[in-house]
Amino acid sequence: MSKEAAKERSVIIQKEMIASLFKELGTVKETGKKVVYTFVPGNISELILSFDMLPVYPELNALQSGMRKKSEGYIREAEQHGHSEDVCTYVKCDVGMMLNGNIGPTGEKIPNPDLLLLSYTGCFTFLKWFETLERLYPGVPVALLHTPYQEAHKITPEMTAYMVKQLKEEVIPKMEQVSGNKYDEEKLKSILRNSSKVEDYIVKIFDTTKHRPSPIDAYFAGVYYIGPINSGFRGTPEAVDYYAELYKEILTRIEKKLGPITPEGEMEEERFRLVVEGPPNWTHFREFWKLFYDMGAVIVASSYTKVGGVYDMGFRVNPDKPLESLAEYCMNCYTNLNLQQRVDLLSKCITDYHADGFLVNSIKSCNSFSAGQLMMMQQLERKLEIPTGFIESDLVDPRYFSYSNIKNRLESFFQMLEQRKMILNRP
Amino acid sequence: MKKYFLGIDLGSTTSKAIIIDDNDRIIGRGITNTRANYTVATEIARLEAIYNARFSLLKMKLEDEIEHKPEYKRYIKDVESVFQYLQFKRRLDRLNVQFRDTIEETFRDEKKEKISGFVDRIVREIGPVILDEYLNGNLGQKNQFFRDIVSEKYNKEVNALPGAFFESMMLVYDKSITHVENELTEYDFRELVHQSMELLNEKYAFMDDFTPDETGVGFDSEMNLLKGNYKQIYDSLKGHITFIANLDIHITNMVGTGYGRALLPFPEKSIRSEILCHAFGAHAVFPGTRTVLDIGGQDTKAIQADSHGLVTSFYMNDRCAAGCGRYLGYIADEFNISLNELGPLAVEATNEVNICSTCTVFAAAEIRELLNVGQKRSDILAGLHRAIVMRAMSLLARSGGVRNEFTFTGGVARNQAVLKYVSELVLQNYGKDIKINVHTDSIFMGALGGAMFARRS
Repeated sequence: MSKEAAKERSVIIQKEMIASLFKELGTVKETGKKVVYTFVPGNISELILSFDMLPVYPELNALQSGMRKKSEGYIREAEQHGHSEDVCTYVKCDVGMMLNGNIGPTGEKIPNPDLLLLSYTGCFTFLKWFETLERLYPGVPVALLHTPYQEAHKITPEMTAYMVKQLKEEVIPKMEQVSGNKYDEEKLKSILRNSSKVEDYIVKIFDTTKHRPSPIDAYFAGVYYIGPINSGFRGTPEAVDYYAELYKEILTRIEKKLGPITPEGEMEEERFRLVVEGPPNWTHFREFWKLFYDMGAVIVASSYTKVGGVYDMGFRVNPDKPLESLAEYCMNCYTNLNLQQRVDLLSKCITDYHADGFLVNSIKSCNSFSAGQLMMMQQLERKLEIPTGFIESDLVDPRYFSYSNIKNRLESFFQMLEQRKMILNRP
Repeated sequence: MKKYFLGIDLGSTTSKAIIIDDNDRIIGRGITNTRANYTVATEIARLEAIYNARFSLLKMKLEDEIEHKPEYKRYIKDVESVFQYLQFKRRLDRLNVQFRDTIEETFRDEKKEKISGFVDRIVREIGPVILDEYLNGNLGQKNQFFRDIVSEKYNKEVNALPGAFFESMMLVYDKSITHVENELTEYDFRELVHQSMELLNEKYAFMDDFTPDETGVGFDSEMNLLKGNYKQIYDSLKGHITFIANLDIHITNMVGTGYGRALLPFPEKSIRSEILCHAFGAHAVFPGTRTVLDIGGQDTKAIQADSHGLVTSFYMNDRCAAGCGRYLGYIADEFNISLNELGPLAVEATNEVNICSTCTVFAAAEIRELLNVGQKRSDILAGLHRAIVMRAMSLLARSGGVRNEFTFTGGVARNQAVLKYVSELVLQNYGKDIKINVHTDSIFMGALGGAMFARRS
């Protein structure tokens, strides 16, 4: 982040947290700690932590590789090993990284998995991804946690019971076996108590965008803010401290009427407020972000920051019902919501945060996000009469990021918003 | 002083300019092919729009006389055609000089002499043929660019030469035309328009010697009124033409758009997205417009607008040129015909062939295969036109479908086969009540929108 951002204490805390996790991962041989590979959506990291195991998230490694300009080589390598052009680029990047010695973002080797925890939340590719990992790490046990899709717009007691049964009969026994520790429900409850605090902070933090100017960017900076909850820290005291600090800093910004921090310092004039659907592009993250802040566009809400858990509609973990809570948390993930629920959620964001426009960044290789985006966009346009824009890029394949195409479309989109403001504000 | 506003649309294939007055009335149009030097392309389009505006203002000035005297109308039309020829001639003279330089730089000895002789002969032959086409034909109305006109004639002449010289002759042409196209040839409107009138007088004087055929085919009533009367018409119009030639057409404000807009020598506030300009232009011409389909050279845009002409959403093709004007250009090359001939040939189809390839490059391979198995050219062309329209339909669907009224813009809207399929498929998919609008100035909609923004800012 920028010099200005580096002054923020929360940034330093987060860096230390991530560094400590990778350090721990780098010393598992000495400490004997077991390693669980799992996914961000529906990551039941509290359960992993309760067994004293360490989580590894292949998508996070892939996005880090994308940001460090390593993904293109990894993807090519995976393609040479038979993965087609149309396969999710997170998968190919991850496979390529493993084929190249599994060196993580800090330069240290990421340890091999002791358990593959396949939490399946709305992304079919996850199944195929872990089948590939199973072949790459023969003999490593796989625990499948199937999350039922919210087809009927709600979570029924049967769905929760189905998931709790899987946790009890499939996931927990495998974790006990791998870690050598017994399931400790009291420990899980105490971790979840922290999670509940963190969840409250997350909601408060992302709700600050209702201010004008918005003190934060809920997409480009938002992806940093969700870092700790999505990388295994959700139930830790460190996470509670981090979010408390972050929230305090944001409140100060609000008091001083400051706009969001960008890599080039503070955004001075807020001209457009947007809600963005879809993940960002990681290979050109800075350039992509710059296209927005240069135009005075701030993202007041994004669906992507809800990928590791949706708390806007009131869901919080209940430490007294730990397994039920974990089940409901998984079922509430953004990509596990049906399309109508996603439209309702986005609609709420657009209205609550007074957005001027709605933008979709459609990801070439991400089915779980891209399916239905056009339908959602059209519904929002008609329902809220809000101008909408559509751009296309990819997660970590730089070959699909066309700067000029994206710039051209964004310029048109911003001019469209400006023209609308000008004409509608006429007396 | 009257105020005029300029809109420039720097597209991937053509650069367009539109001049409007303060009532949003179009008074000048200019168009040229986009070339490496964008400033030159823009300048040519702008100057052409200003020349065209002078002729429009002349016609507006003489509106009452023209209504009662069709020979006036004919005379002005003829002056405009000769004016275009004289511009062409200046460029051809410049090209000829460049031919000499290229030959001098590229060839030696006997080969140089041979090539030089061939080029001389070609230039000598092209000049009068083109003059005749402007003066007695309708080349002026065809909207063909200098490069297209010259290359068509040059290629024809080269094909008649011994095959051994083909490569060298084409090398001379390619090297020279690129050079000439990227520099600006300036004209003095007054000088050129007076020369045009002199040339016309010669034409009409020569026609006095003929006995008119008033009995049937080929009878031209305007010409009949003109030829015995031209001196008097010349005397009455000369003053008006001089007045128009001296008129200061003051451009109060201008706006640039199109894919090359960022490269236009305009201040940032005078640059607008082509999405907004196309929607605004289309909405100005057809105020009921809610959905716009614009098929340009390299991109196809589906735009949804509200009742104010404000864009609510848009969708553009990405990564693939199939479904754009370039696809048609490529196909025309494959068939070795001009772009203008594509549409008319395709509508003659009796048995439309199904084209599977959505890729421009693969479509060419498919064409060859189909020609091999004996499919008719018109049937294949019909299939190709349908294929590009199918791409546009998919884009429209993704942008939110077609709402009433539907306006089709961009250079490709001039192609009658594309128009036929667009109309068919829109009505079929979105209901027979959809009103479909296409304007004769469809290619200028972006520039028009730009000019209208210029007037309002």
